[in-house]
Amino acid sequence: MIQFNPADLATLRPELFLLGATCAILLIDLFLKPAQRNVTHWLSLAALAVTAVLVCCGAPQEHGVTAFNGMFIRDGVATVLKVFVLLTTGLVFLYGRGYLRDRGLFIGEFYLLLLFATLGMMLLVSAGSLVTIYLGLELLTLSSYALVALNRDSRASSEAAIKYFVLGALASGLLLYGMSMIYGATGTLDLARIHAVADFSANSPHHMLLAFGLVFLVVGIAFKFGAAPFHMWLPDVYHGAPTAITVFIGSAPKLAAFGMAYRLLDGAMGGMSGQWSLMLAVLAVLSLAIGNLFAIAQSNLKRMLAYSTISHIGFLLLGFVNGTTSGYAAAMFYAISYALMAAVAFGMILLLARAGFEAEEIDDFKGLNKRNPWYAAVMALAMFSLAGVPPLFGFFAKLMVLKAAIDAGQLWLAIVAIAFAIIGLFYYLRVVKVIYFDEPQDHGPLALPKDLAFRVGLSLNGLALLVLGVAWSPLLEWCYGAFAIVAK
Amino acid sequence: MASHLLSLLIWLPIVGAIVVLAFGRQANTARWLSLGVALLTFVVSIPLWTGYQTAVGGLQFVEHLSWIPALKANYALGADGISVALIVLTTFTSVLVVLGSWGPIETRVSQYMAAMLALEGFLIGVFAATDALLFYVFFEGMLIPMFIIIGIWGGPRRVYATLKFFIYTFLGSIFMLVGLIYLHMKTGEFSLASFAQLSLSTKEQGWLFFAFLIAFAIKVPMWPVHTWLPDAHVEAPTGGSVILAAIMLKVGGYGFIRFSLPITPDASQEYAWVVIAMSLIAIVYIGYVALVQEDMKKLIAYSSIAHMAFVTLGLFIALALVRTHGNPAGARLAVQGAMVQMISHGFVSGAMFSCIGVLYDRLHTRQIADYGGVANVMPWFAAFMVLFAMANCGLPGTSGFVGEFMVILAAFQDSPLIALVAAFTLIIGAAYTLWLVKRVVFGEVGNDKVAKMKDLDAREWIVLGAFAIAVLALGVYPKPLTDLMEPAVQQIVQSLTLAKA
Repeated sequence: MIQFNPADLATLRPELFLLGATCAILLIDLFLKPAQRNVTHWLSLAALAVTAVLVCCGAPQEHGVTAFNGMFIRDGVATVLKVFVLLTTGLVFLYGRGYLRDRGLFIGEFYLLLLFATLGMMLLVSAGSLVTIYLGLELLTLSSYALVALNRDSRASSEAAIKYFVLGALASGLLLYGMSMIYGATGTLDLARIHAVADFSANSPHHMLLAFGLVFLVVGIAFKFGAAPFHMWLPDVYHGAPTAITVFIGSAPKLAAFGMAYRLLDGAMGGMSGQWSLMLAVLAVLSLAIGNLFAIAQSNLKRMLAYSTISHIGFLLLGFVNGTTSGYAAAMFYAISYALMAAVAFGMILLLARAGFEAEEIDDFKGLNKRNPWYAAVMALAMFSLAGVPPLFGFFAKLMVLKAAIDAGQLWLAIVAIAFAIIGLFYYLRVVKVIYFDEPQDHGPLALPKDLAFRVGLSLNGLALLVLGVAWSPLLEWCYGAFAIVAK
Repeated sequence: MASHLLSLLIWLPIVGAIVVLAFGRQANTARWLSLGVALLTFVVSIPLWTGYQTAVGGLQFVEHLSWIPALKANYALGADGISVALIVLTTFTSVLVVLGSWGPIETRVSQYMAAMLALEGFLIGVFAATDALLFYVFFEGMLIPMFIIIGIWGGPRRVYATLKFFIYTFLGSIFMLVGLIYLHMKTGEFSLASFAQLSLSTKEQGWLFFAFLIAFAIKVPMWPVHTWLPDAHVEAPTGGSVILAAIMLKVGGYGFIRFSLPITPDASQEYAWVVIAMSLIAIVYIGYVALVQEDMKKLIAYSSIAHMAFVTLGLFIALALVRTHGNPAGARLAVQGAMVQMISHGFVSGAMFSCIGVLYDRLHTRQIADYGGVANVMPWFAAFMVLFAMANCGLPGTSGFVGEFMVILAAFQDSPLIALVAAFTLIIGAAYTLWLVKRVVFGEVGNDKVAKMKDLDAREWIVLGAFAIAVLALGVYPKPLTDLMEPAVQQIVQSLTLAKA
């Protein structure tokens, strides 16, 4: 019954290339001396770039295509998400090098694990069946656990990794349990077939089974996103992981989690959108409340950004509550904007960090404007953008999800969201205040890392928040258009 | 031929700000560059005034570019007489602010000047935007430079003041955003014209009215949401105070004209009493609060709140006049008076804050008690200060008189009682302003420090002189201004006559 069609391999060209390249880099890295590690660095970036080109070149224009009997979907959504996953992972490589080298962590494993995680994310956003979802997810999360523990000698890192692993494994277990229920009710693992054959009506004999399955799926998704009340791992992991890893965990996986949620909730369980949109609304409100209120109390910037992530996930979920393609497009737009903003914010921590100094306290940014006005402006752009002040990118992302919520008739949800956005404004402004209004502790000019690619990348990343704030229409059109290119 | 004048006016200062940041390492280079940009912007804005055809009326200098096709949000600009007047006020004041900040700002000059120029660009954008989303972007965007201006160059409690300013105003406007998204859902686009034509039920209008009221009442600011203003004014550097009082407050009044009145006329009528009551409380109560201030800037800040209450009073009295009395002529008078009051208050408050800045630069204190007898050592300064004080209490012949008189006259046609309460300002305003002048300017020389103060230098002379000319010209012959705004005022009053529910 299952047939192998060689043409399917062509559909997976980007993934296969990345897999091959990763294996090649694995071998090459074995023969490199530590002093030659830069070769691995540039090879990894080149692999990501070529993969991105392959994603774009063969991108389906009108209809999505599937491969391996529907296990793998290549459609518009997958293309957009993959491009930004590859872009943000590339930024992680660019930003992390100097930081890791200063701490003796500039090792091949960083690149390999990150490349495998990227492969997992690409698989996840293209998943057409429950099995592929699980495969992609585990490839991503297992790599992430190891990445968080990259600094073996650090107690905080190991603790964070263990927490991440235990809670992540629990979440995976819940997700699998939910999948098994849905399989039990429908007899298929294929997402599209689940959608087609499942009887979602309230008087169906499988209704209870499907409803329970859905709850477990939503819990699994919420865990991966870090939505409250399943957010417990997030602050510790963000805080404990080496900052170069935090950049990664804070950015690209959110895009992948969006892809996973879209595939599972809309692709498979679209018939129960009434139920899951209510669940997501509750998660959104809780995330907004917990994220924003707890962030105020943080003095550690990484922890503050971790709680701010939770609040942003709350915003992102507003797009899902809408349950139409324009709502998903808004949520995807939000995920992209968040990934780019988080990359700047964590990148700035990496920029200020030196050997033996982490720069992760908010006070470490004191008087940055007096020491280096340009990077002070970059950080301010990131903070204003995260707070959602126009004309920056973050505002328009918020605008789109608020619009999605209001279009869906959830006016109250939008009002709750903006009420928490005002609370959120405070802690972002506090960072700007520290940068601009406080006296520096160290009066010398900022010692910038020598890595030119890092500085240029971070500057462009910061400017992108402003440029995309003015000219965000093409990206929005791309997100909207992506949902029109679906597999039949 | 399509005109790009408005775009030029918006982007010239913003691009100028980037140039100043890039090339303004030397403080003097930054100053001269900024002055050049500000002057150029002012010169460019003059054709806007002279070229506006009052006989034709309506929106002119229209620009239209597709911005976000998916939302039908456009980069749409246009100006009627009111916009033109406010834009010219902005460019005029900005030149004087750059000049006025020449000496007092010594640290990070390029950043200060760049923030000022960017702020100017955003403000012009607010007055020129005819698309609600574009308006909102400029409306919120201007908070960022102002936040930085107060926070870096402000007084001792600047951090508290600037955070309060930012969060307070953001709080107000974000509710407006929800209203705008709701209107977008109804119309499918963001143009203000389409919002104005949309028919809305009374209930919808009520919600929208309050969403707009929160946003603009905080911006104006109206009692009881005015508390951010005295803090922001006291802590802001002189230039920041001038821009804040002269122009940013006008954005609130402008918002009422562009959003509340045309989009929710029925709700505005229903709740006009709320706004009128708030305005009257501000006129009387805030006036008394001003009387007891010991800090000069705080006193003028409270006086600003009381004066801006005439703007909101005029606008909402107009509704009552049109709808319940069927008196469009009286309504035109009220709206026209509110508009003249906006422009006049821009000049007068800007001038008053500049005067305080002059004193502050010499003694570095704003306490009234630290001065006394300034007229003995600074005769020129005293002459200017007395002139602006007279304008502040609304003496005939100065600009302060025209707007207030028109609004009171119109209010009398609605209710003599309202007019009576509003007219209290003539007494209270005179009391706090004249008492201020008496204690600071006249009498014996207060102390040794005052005795050593030098009179105005050339730069300060130009700033105060320019304000003085504007105040007197508007007071003696307001006709060019009222003629400029007349078509727009007529259109507003016309739109008020139509019920939408």
